[in-house]
Amino acid sequence: MGHAAPVAKGLKDCREAWVATLEALAEADPRIVAVVNDSVGSSKLNGFQKKFPDRLVNVGIAEQVMVGVGAGLANGGRIPFVSAASCFITGRALEQVKADVAYANFNVKLVGQSSGIAYGELGATHHSIEDFAWLRPLTNLTVIVPADAWETAEAVKWAAAHEGPVYLRLSRMPVPDLEVVDRVFRPGKAEVVRQGGDVTIIANGTVVHLAAAAADLLAGEGIAARVLNMATLNPLDEEAVAAAAATGAIVTAEEAHVRGGLGGAVAEYVTAHDPVPVERVGFPGFLPTGSVDWLFAEYGLSAEGIAAAARRALARKRG
Amino acid sequence: MLPALQTNDTIQAIRDRALWMRRTAFGMVHKAQLGHPGGDFSAIDILATLYVGVLRFDPARPDWAERDRFVMSKGHATGALYTALCGAGYFPESWLESYMQPRSMLNGHPNRNYLPGVETNTGPLGHGFPVAVGIAIAGQLAGADWRSFVLTGDGEQQEGSNWEAAMVAGHRKLGRLTLIIDRNRLQQGAGTEETSGLDPLDAKYRAFGWEVVEVDGHDPEALLGVLGAAPGDRPRCVIANTVKGKGVSFMENQAKWHHGVPNDEQFAQAMRELV
Repeated sequence: MGHAAPVAKGLKDCREAWVATLEALAEADPRIVAVVNDSVGSSKLNGFQKKFPDRLVNVGIAEQVMVGVGAGLANGGRIPFVSAASCFITGRALEQVKADVAYANFNVKLVGQSSGIAYGELGATHHSIEDFAWLRPLTNLTVIVPADAWETAEAVKWAAAHEGPVYLRLSRMPVPDLEVVDRVFRPGKAEVVRQGGDVTIIANGTVVHLAAAAADLLAGEGIAARVLNMATLNPLDEEAVAAAAATGAIVTAEEAHVRGGLGGAVAEYVTAHDPVPVERVGFPGFLPTGSVDWLFAEYGLSAEGIAAAARRALARKRG
Repeated sequence: MLPALQTNDTIQAIRDRALWMRRTAFGMVHKAQLGHPGGDFSAIDILATLYVGVLRFDPARPDWAERDRFVMSKGHATGALYTALCGAGYFPESWLESYMQPRSMLNGHPNRNYLPGVETNTGPLGHGFPVAVGIAIAGQLAGADWRSFVLTGDGEQQEGSNWEAAMVAGHRKLGRLTLIIDRNRLQQGAGTEETSGLDPLDAKYRAFGWEVVEVDGHDPEALLGVLGAAPGDRPRCVIANTVKGKGVSFMENQAKWHHGVPNDEQFAQAMRELV
């Protein structure tokens, strides 16, 4: 788990934006603390630990008490960022996330690192593709899935300022900066990455740049695909989904299980309000052994795979 | 009626408060035909001692930063907790009548967003203790003088999260944290020792770096001495030996009264005994 993938030119590891932002916030606000489960290195918190040794609470390999301690620190007036591999902070401590953070409505920021299938060959125990389905129904919990380094920094800043529980789902996989002009981070609102009216591709996290590339492929075929960066999964931007349904065909794409996550949320909305074809791109369940790149390609999380899903959705489009 | 704190005798005031809490809690359970009276009654003398003689708090300011914190980890014992908070002045007695009624703030398990004085939401076992450890760490980071107390059931100690919490508290030497274990030796279906034995609890906590004290959990004088003692340099575990259903003859030491509820005749008899 210790190896770091080389970051190709033009790509960024969003964890750098996460720690740089957290350290700057912590300089200004003494209430901010970090809580980890021996995950200092994988959370890139070594620098934070050097600067604020007392404000990094390492509980050891113990996720239940890690999340409970986060709630207690919030009770004591702190703003805890509880950071651990997303498979463990969600799956291992799910009841603490539900009862101690969301239901108790404490000002705790949960940070899921190395989410999705970032651990590749380590397999399904270390993949975190179920977290959207587990956390999306939790009342009070804002779920944010940044798509690039800029959005990661904005999301961390917003989470620190917001009074209430947040789950930030971060990745270790290098991604390019999204090409959007005049960006403003608006929690709960989708960001339009490509304009288009034939079909709408709704994506989040590491998949948004692939959705944009898919739209570029489709443009070559004369298909105008809108691309939305749905960085906030909960609460869902229903207005944007309604507008997507008005294009008559939708594709969802996420580094997550196809059930219960972004695809599930969009499908729930359109079946209740304006039924249109929805093609969901993601993972079907526990995955076979494979690298991140291989798994992405194998399950259609690629420009071509998402474009193919758009063609399928268009073929099902009425009228 | 809630007895007025008109005596200078703290021990007598605790006894008066505990008697009122037992009568009132049993009335709530009788009316709702829901609740966990066995566990309420094993814990009531502990809570009465804390709220009458130990904790520093101001019911007019439930979020006062410098308050002592009490976390009810055995969140099912709301008959004990709600009467303790009401007795402490956090809300009027009339609220107790709504116990578990539709949209009541007095849910079957406590919710801090509903009710002043509740420090965190509990109910699933093994949650309150880790949160109390986080509270104590916040105090330690701030160099604050407030203390944190948490009460767990003894059966609750079977939840693994408690041992994560015990390890962290011992490691960090959280001297201003006190864990109280309501050692009534019964869980909902049977004895703790025949289910998944806890003994020796004292040796377990000592091995985790805690100071351990045993006390009669129904003796206000002894409880006051132990819970009111100055903090040390390690977290303190108070094993309070108690009787499930304490105070009512037909309930004492009966596992079925974990969540048993009284009929009219049983309620009347309990009221005759609780004087």
